[in-house]
Amino acid sequence: MQTKNTKTFYLIPYFAWILLFVIAPIALIAYYSLFDLSGNFTLDNYKNFFTSIYLKLTISSFWYAFLITVFSLIVAYPTAYLLTKTKHKQLWLLLIIIPSWINLLLKTYAFIGIFGLYGPINAFLNVFGFGETQILFTDFSFIFVSVYIFIPFMILPIFNALDKLNPSLIDASRDLGASSWTTFTKVIFPLTTNGVKAGIQAVFIPSLSLFMITRLIAGNKVITLGTAIEQQFLVTQNWGMGSTIAVFLIIFMIIVMIITGQRDKGATSNGKNW
Amino acid sequence: MERTGNAAKIYLTLIFIILYAPILYLIFYSFNSGGSMNNFESFTWEHYSAVFSDTRLIMILINTVIVALLSALIATIIGVFGSIGIVYMRNKSIRNSLLSLNNVLIVSPDVVIGASFLILFTMIGVKLGFASVLISHIAFSIPIVVLMVLPKLQEMNSSLIDAAADLGATKGEILRRVIIPFIKPGIFAGFFMALTYSLDDFAVTFFVTGNGFSTLSVEIYSMARAGITLTINALSGIIFIVTLLLVVGYYFISQRGKNPVGMGVRK
Repeated sequence: MQTKNTKTFYLIPYFAWILLFVIAPIALIAYYSLFDLSGNFTLDNYKNFFTSIYLKLTISSFWYAFLITVFSLIVAYPTAYLLTKTKHKQLWLLLIIIPSWINLLLKTYAFIGIFGLYGPINAFLNVFGFGETQILFTDFSFIFVSVYIFIPFMILPIFNALDKLNPSLIDASRDLGASSWTTFTKVIFPLTTNGVKAGIQAVFIPSLSLFMITRLIAGNKVITLGTAIEQQFLVTQNWGMGSTIAVFLIIFMIIVMIITGQRDKGATSNGKNW
Repeated sequence: MERTGNAAKIYLTLIFIILYAPILYLIFYSFNSGGSMNNFESFTWEHYSAVFSDTRLIMILINTVIVALLSALIATIIGVFGSIGIVYMRNKSIRNSLLSLNNVLIVSPDVVIGASFLILFTMIGVKLGFASVLISHIAFSIPIVVLMVLPKLQEMNSSLIDAAADLGATKGEILRRVIIPFIKPGIFAGFFMALTYSLDDFAVTFFVTGNGFSTLSVEIYSMARAGITLTINALSGIIFIVTLLLVVGYYFISQRGKNPVGMGVRK
């Protein structure tokens, strides 16, 4: 149908893009991770990564990402479930998505005011007799803001999975005498695990690499892998170490994607993946 | 549902309040003459006029829009041709590996993209500034365009092309008069997504922007690090209105092309 010439003509810019901006950057990151500050070939960066400083950082980064993902899931699942029960559910879903289109920086900035010492939350707490407490620059504020940012990305895949669920399965489960809870744990949840996995993937990986929220909301108290990379690249100018952390971040990303990958399509889902 | 009706309504309402409160909070205080994000003193437009009289900020706004439009346009062109190439590729394994490579930039954390592009630009000697930001935005928008265009192409019945060819259409004519009109909704959706990705990007731009050049996200970051300025609030008011218009526009485009609305969510 298409001759070889036209085919390559279509693909030249696209191939150039893949080569220059997909393959080359990853190769460069891997290459740079093998050099120290003065440009000598070395494996020291990798050795450094396995010292307590970086291991602690990695563990705490994982811990925060875990917490953010869990809280997002706890809030998002019921929301998605209830959304599928509403009339005009597509419109409601759109309303959930709109905030995710507002510039991320602005949403984060809003919380500087909201959690501030004289902000509305503190004013609210004052009514109940609590004195002014520092909410900003705490773990709580960091996790709250991150969950706030990521919630739409968790709701969407779960909503799609629930929306595809055949309602007669729920009826059947009820008819066979299962309680609502049993129906949920044995029928609804297992059939929507693909949505949950997609949501976890969409939240966990970006949570590992947050750096803007940590700076603005957590006030440098929380250091994630993302913050560490930014620090190495733009502050200490140690590109080698920064690249090494980036290599590990890529490895973690691949592991997370394998774990949350959806190889067992037929077994757990009765519909297409989104 | 009847039993849990009220609890459900309260829960959903609460979620909506939490989602919108911060945005409305920002906009509310953009009209505050008091100069802080608490104690609303009196209504004023002064922060809005401050935005429009600040030539530096206006320049940054214009830069941001130019980068977004240009990068979306170029990414759309490359992405559309790329997806046409991918779809008509006979070799299945090459096609699949191209698709996996396509998705690398979508799943990669922004920080890694930013850092690796910074290395790339320094190595090949692209000066950090407008060019590097524009190129990066084109680069991370291409896969999104491909993802929006591919389903449309796969939906297309290949006998349409055979019919056109049988009727004597040249390859150029087939492309212009059969393929492109058919996948138009996908192209629009792709362009639109690329536009919003570019407008919203912070992390990648932050890495590859030099000293002289700044986009809105980077500027807001440095302003926010310095503390609360109600100029940012006024900016957010303006951005909120523009975003709403864009969303409504996208909604109509996607309804026309019957793409699921959900595709619109950001990474």
